[in-house]
Amino acid sequence: MAEDYVIEMLHITKEFPGIKANDDVTLQLRRGEIHALLGENGAGKSTLMSVLFGLYTPEKGVIKKDGREVKVSDPNEANRLGIGMVHQHFKLVECFSVLDNIILGVEETKHGILQYEEARKKVMALSEKYRLKVDPDALVENITVGMQQRVEILKMLYRDNEVLIFDEPTAVLTPQEIDELMEIMRNFRKEGKSILFITHKMAEILAVADRCTILRKGRGIGTVDVAGQTPESLSRLMVGRDVKLKVEKKPSVPGETVLEVRDMVVPSRSHNNNAVKGVSFNVRRGEIVCIAGIDGNGQTELVYGLAGLEKITRGTVRLCGTDMTNLPVRARSKLGMSHIPEDRHKHGLVLDYSLEQNLVLQRYWQPDFQRSGVIRKDAVRTYAERLIGAYDIRSGQGPVTVVRSMSGGNQQKAIIAREIDKQPELLIAVQPTRGLDVGAIASVHQELVAQRDAGKAVLLVSLELEEVMNLPDRILVMYEGEIVGEFDPAKTNVQELGIYMAGAGAKIAGSPRLDKFVDKVLDKREKRKEAGRK
Amino acid sequence: MKKKPLAQNAALVSVLASILSIVIGLLIGFVVLLLVNPGAAAEGMAAMLGTGFSSLDKFGKVLYQTAPLLLCGLSVGFAFKTGLFNIGASGQFTMGAFFALYAAIVLQLPWWACLIFSMVGGAIWGIFPGLFKAFFNVNEVITSIMFNWIGMYLVNILCANTPKILASAWGATNSDRTAAIADANAGALIPSGPMKAVFGDSSWINISIFIAILAAIVIWFILEKTTFGYELKACGNNKEASRYAGINANRNVVISMVIAGALSGLGGGIYFLAGTIQYVLVKSILGMGFNGIPAALLASSNPIGTIFSSLFISYLQVGGASMQPNFSSESTDIIVSVIIYLAAFALLMRQLIVKVLTKRKDKEAKV
Repeated sequence: MAEDYVIEMLHITKEFPGIKANDDVTLQLRRGEIHALLGENGAGKSTLMSVLFGLYTPEKGVIKKDGREVKVSDPNEANRLGIGMVHQHFKLVECFSVLDNIILGVEETKHGILQYEEARKKVMALSEKYRLKVDPDALVENITVGMQQRVEILKMLYRDNEVLIFDEPTAVLTPQEIDELMEIMRNFRKEGKSILFITHKMAEILAVADRCTILRKGRGIGTVDVAGQTPESLSRLMVGRDVKLKVEKKPSVPGETVLEVRDMVVPSRSHNNNAVKGVSFNVRRGEIVCIAGIDGNGQTELVYGLAGLEKITRGTVRLCGTDMTNLPVRARSKLGMSHIPEDRHKHGLVLDYSLEQNLVLQRYWQPDFQRSGVIRKDAVRTYAERLIGAYDIRSGQGPVTVVRSMSGGNQQKAIIAREIDKQPELLIAVQPTRGLDVGAIASVHQELVAQRDAGKAVLLVSLELEEVMNLPDRILVMYEGEIVGEFDPAKTNVQELGIYMAGAGAKIAGSPRLDKFVDKVLDKREKRKEAGRK
Repeated sequence: MKKKPLAQNAALVSVLASILSIVIGLLIGFVVLLLVNPGAAAEGMAAMLGTGFSSLDKFGKVLYQTAPLLLCGLSVGFAFKTGLFNIGASGQFTMGAFFALYAAIVLQLPWWACLIFSMVGGAIWGIFPGLFKAFFNVNEVITSIMFNWIGMYLVNILCANTPKILASAWGATNSDRTAAIADANAGALIPSGPMKAVFGDSSWINISIFIAILAAIVIWFILEKTTFGYELKACGNNKEASRYAGINANRNVVISMVIAGALSGLGGGIYFLAGTIQYVLVKSILGMGFNGIPAALLASSNPIGTIFSSLFISYLQVGGASMQPNFSSESTDIIVSVIIYLAAFALLMRQLIVKVLTKRKDKEAKV
C-alpha cells in the first residue's frame, strides 16, 4: 500500500545563474510527521522550501499534495493548499502592528470595514493555546526578533495551514523559547499537522523530528529515520566528513585591558525606561568575554552604545585607553573596533551591493582601495577574491554576486570575513554563528579563538547556551539591562546560568513561582539533552 | 556547440522589451488620437513620429530641449540613487535660471560665468530640503514641493524689483518678462561652436547638449567610480548599514541635494541663455523640472540611460508641438504622456518575454 504522503516533491531541479540550487531533489512528507531538512549553508534547503511555497518555479520536477499533482504558482496558492511558511528572514511589515501583520492578506471585512475585534479574539485565542505570547498592538519594528517569529507562527495558524514550513526557526530564539517551540511543534503533530523543519542543529532534529532528509550541495543525499542517529552521524551525513563539535582552545592568558566600560546607560527605543542601566565591565587582550542572556534584556542596546550607533546618556567607554564615549562610528573603527552586527540585513550588508562592494564596506576609504577618491577596482577585486577563498564564501558569481541573492549563511560569512580581516583590537561579535551550519560554526569559533590567541579582545554576545558554555573565557549574564552575574565557564553549568538569565539571581531567589518556572525550564532542557544522547 | 537560449540573453531581452513597450505605447497613443480627432489621426501620428527628423532645424530643437531636460533628469536620478526623491527640480531650475539671467543682464558676465551662477542658484535651492531632511528628518518631498512655489514667487518678486533685468530696460516695451539676452548681453548667449557647421543658422542650436552630456558622464563617474558615489549609494540602499559602516549619512544627504540642485540650476541656465526664450513672470511652475522625473525613472536613474530617455521625451514633445492646430496642446500632452507611461512598462514586458520564450521551449522539449 502506498504511504500517506501529504506533500511530495519529486525530482525538483531549480537553477540560478551560475548555480544549481536544487538538483533532482526528492522529498516526501508523511501526514502528521515532523520532517527535518538538514544541510550546510547554501545546500539548497531554503530554495527547496521556497519552491514548495510558490516563491520559485522549478525548472524540473513535480509537486504533489495529497497524491494529486499541483502547481504552486505563488504564496497565495500555497496558502490555499494549506501550506504556510516561517521564513528565515521574516516577512513582516515593520510599521504595522502585530495584529495587522497577522491578518494581512486574509482580513475579515464587513461592508468593506475591517473586523478587528473578531480577528483579535482569534489571534489571542491562538496565542493563548500555543503559548505564543505577543502584544497585538505593538509595532513590529519595536519588538524583539523572538517575538517577530511568534508573529510569523501565528500568521500560519491564523490561516489554518496544515503543512507548516519552518526555515531555521530556532536560530533567533533563546534556549527557553527553543524548548517551547519544540513543545509547540509536538502539539502541532498531535493535531495532525505536518511540519517541515529546516535546521542545522542536530540536537533539535534528534529531539523532535521523525525523519530527516539531507541535502548536500543541491543534491538529495537521502532520507533517514531519526531514531538511532547521533549528532555525529547526522553531521557526517550533512558535510560528508567528520566534524569536531567541540571548541578546542588553550586556557586564556589575559593581558592589558582593551575595552573599559563604566556605568554605561543607553536609552531604549521601544519604551521609556533605559535599556542598559549603568553597566560596567572590562575586556582584556587574549580573552573572550560573553554577554549571555535572554533576547531583549539590553544586549542589543549595549552593543549599539559600544559601536556608536546609539548615544549613551551616562558613563564612559574607553578603547585601548582612549575615551571614545562620544566618538562617531568611523573614529571607533579606526581606533580598532570591529563589529559583527546582530542583524545582518539591517546593519551588516548593503543587500543590493555586490559581494566585493560589501567586503570593503569598512575599508573602502583606505589608501589601499582608493586613490584621490576614485575606487581602485582591481584592488577591491583582488581583496574580495582573497577573502572569498580564505573564508569559503560561496555564491553564484563570485565577487560580483549581488549579496541579496546569497544564502543567509554565506552572507554571514562575508560579514565575519570583513570584520576579522580588519585586524581589530576589539572584536564585538553579536550572535556570530546565527544561521550557520555545524561546519561553519566550528570554523567561526576557531577563528574567534585564533583572534583571542593573537592577543585581541573579543566581546561575544550570544543567545545560544551551547555557544555560551563552550567558547568564552568569562561569562557575564545580562538581565533587564543590568549585569547580574559573572561566571567562569569551567565552574558553572547551564542550570546556574539559566537561573540568572531568567532573572532569578541572588536578589529574587526563593520566590516559589519563579523557582517552579526555572525548574520546568531546566527539566525540559534535560529531557532534550537525553533525547540528544539517544 | 550549444546555442544560448534566447530567454537568457539579458541584453537582447531588455532591448526587445523596450521596443515592444514603445510600440504598444504608440498604438495606444494612436487610439487616443482617433478618439480626439479621427480625421487627422494618421496625419497627427506621422507628425509626432516624423517631425524630429524632418529637418535639421527641428532636430536642433530636439537637442535644445533635451539639454535642460537631461540635466533635470540627472538631478532627480542622482538624488534617487542616494535615497532621496527630489521633486524640487522645478524650483531649483527656476532659481538657476534667475541667477543666470541676473549674471547675464545685470552683471553683464560672459556665458560660462552665468552658468556657474546658475549652478550656485540651484545648489542654494537644493541645500534647504537637504538640511531639513538631515537635521530635522523632514521629508524632502514636502520641503522641495514647498520650495518649488517659494522659488517661483521669490524669482518673480526679485525680477519685478530689479528694473534692469526686465525687457523694458533694454528697448522693449513689455515689463512682464526678462530682457532678450541678445539685446542685453550678446556675450552671455551660449555659443553654437562647431554645431553651426552642421545646423547652419538654426536658432535652436548651441553647445548646451554637450554640456548636459558631459554632466551625465561626470555624474556616472561619481556614482560608479568614486568612494563618494559608493557612500551615497550605500546611504540610498541601506541607511542603517551605512551608519554602521561609519558613513556620515546626514552630510551625504545635504551634499547629494546640493549636487542635485546644481544640476537642475544648470538646466535652468542653459535653457534661458540659449536666447530663444525669455523668463515670463507668471504664477505657474516651470514644467521642465517635473519632466525630469519621468526622464530619470525611464532610465532607472542611470545617468547614461537618462541621455537617451530625455532625447526620447524631447523628440516626442517636439513632434507633439507640430500636431497643432489639429490637436490642442493639452491632447498632445496626453498622448506624449501615454507613450512615456507605457515605455516605463519595459520591466514588466521583459518578464513577459522571458515567460513566453520559456514556455515555447518547454513545448518544444515535450514534442
